[in-house]
Amino acid sequence: MGAAISFIYLIAAITYIVGLKMLGNPKSARKGNLIAAGGMGIAILGTIFLYDKKVDTTIHILIWTAIILGSIAGWMVAKKVEMTKMPELVSMFNGMGGASAALIGIIEFQIHTNSLNNTIVIIAGVIIGSISLSGSLVAWAKLNGNMKSIIRLPKYNLINNLVVLSVLAVGFYIIWSGSSNPAFMYLLFLLALIYGVLFVIPIGGADMPVVISLLNSLTGIAAAFTGFLFDNMVMLAGGILVGSAGLILTFAMCDAMNRPLSNVIFGAFGQPDADLTQGSSKSEGTIKKTTPSDAAIMMNYANRVIIVPGYGLAVAQAQHVIHELELLLESKGVEVKYAIHPVAGRMPGHMNVLLAETNVDYDKLIEMDDINPLFQNTDAVLVVGANDVVNPAAHNDPASPIYGMPILEVEKAKSIIINKRSMNPGYAGIQNELFYNQKTSMLFGDAKDVLTKLVHELKNM
Amino acid sequence: MMTEFINFFNENLQMIYIVVLMIFVGVEVIGHVPAVLHTPLMSGANALSGVVIIGAILVMLDTEPENILALALGFVAIVLGILNVVGGFVVTDRMLEMFKKRK
Repeated sequence: MGAAISFIYLIAAITYIVGLKMLGNPKSARKGNLIAAGGMGIAILGTIFLYDKKVDTTIHILIWTAIILGSIAGWMVAKKVEMTKMPELVSMFNGMGGASAALIGIIEFQIHTNSLNNTIVIIAGVIIGSISLSGSLVAWAKLNGNMKSIIRLPKYNLINNLVVLSVLAVGFYIIWSGSSNPAFMYLLFLLALIYGVLFVIPIGGADMPVVISLLNSLTGIAAAFTGFLFDNMVMLAGGILVGSAGLILTFAMCDAMNRPLSNVIFGAFGQPDADLTQGSSKSEGTIKKTTPSDAAIMMNYANRVIIVPGYGLAVAQAQHVIHELELLLESKGVEVKYAIHPVAGRMPGHMNVLLAETNVDYDKLIEMDDINPLFQNTDAVLVVGANDVVNPAAHNDPASPIYGMPILEVEKAKSIIINKRSMNPGYAGIQNELFYNQKTSMLFGDAKDVLTKLVHELKNM
Repeated sequence: MMTEFINFFNENLQMIYIVVLMIFVGVEVIGHVPAVLHTPLMSGANALSGVVIIGAILVMLDTEPENILALALGFVAIVLGILNVVGGFVVTDRMLEMFKKRK
């Protein structure tokens, strides 16, 4: 490898580290992203233009066609997607990266199997890349609602173990026999794909962000194996960096939910189906319905209103209306704040992104630890499309799957208005006793419709 | 077995150093990031994992023009890899753009 390309790769590796570091700070995040993107750009261009062997023109044309096609597709999808659909998009992109790593392994197996080390590295890359591909696609399907949140297969553990054993068996057989028969590699690819599906299928939809972060880390590791194969420092350094950073991020997310990673991944295994109808003993009782005009009166005469936004708000595209409601209440002398749970929405920090889209004042978005002490002096709480993050079962029902998760303590407020479309349990599939609380009034309907009516009522007051 | 391991270790010492150091860099870089930034950070890291595209390009550059199967697979690998890179960076930028606006 020439000195020029080595130097470019070194610069690129530095931009990845600096970019990732800057992404961790709100002030420099955007610049950090651009720096990392720039580093990736020069690494790609350098790889093509500084290649030291003679290459057929057809191949150059193919490479450029592929790059232009993929760039346009990636750009358009990323620009067009609604902010509510972001988590599944990240998952899909991650799957593409995994697929790329697996394909490279498959091709390389047919060309270079000159040494044992290479074979091992290729096998590892194919297995990890394939798991990342199929796992990400399952996560994508779960997030966009094409697949049921929690799926339990009969004899799951047995099937799972069999697949893991077959993956290992085929992998070891290839190493042992030194065979270069591509059929084995396709078999390995297929088995690893099945394992990826089995890995994600039993995990609840609410835990998908953690899974995506973990799969992202895996794609990084697959890239690092590819780097090892090609003696390519930028792939090795970048891949390991993402692998390590992704893993730490996974732990940080689990931390925000106060659940160990093992609980997220293995929590769904072997549990009886009973937990789908959680907390039935406590959630019996009557619910109190209210109308937009009553709710508007309640908020109009409050000193302080705290709004708890959830994913339902985003799905209904009601971010703008809620901002209007906030401004209207403020003009009537009501203090309005937003309570942001770290895992509200479909990804940690997702709700901040969604509300930022509507120009909500940054100072009004209060994080959980700072807003919890305020609830007891709050006259009215308006919960819009949030459920699990306000579920008191996290505090007082040890049998609940979300037990131990920190929540927004809305039950301490003087009155609670909850907007939901229906009485269906939330994303995690857990009943919420808050709905049966005496202080709670339920305001059923689509978030956007209901909020628009609230704004209308308030204007007439 | 032991000698093989020692040989492997000696031959790849440089890479082993990179792996070990990068693990620590990754941990250090992510530590103490506010939860607000977890989503963009994850998305940015996702774009970076597209670095595998370089492998896909190298495969193509290295393939004989007659090996149509390898070229076809390599072509798909590049398309998917660049999708991950470009899409990942663009969507991260869109998220962060919103954080900036509210100042």
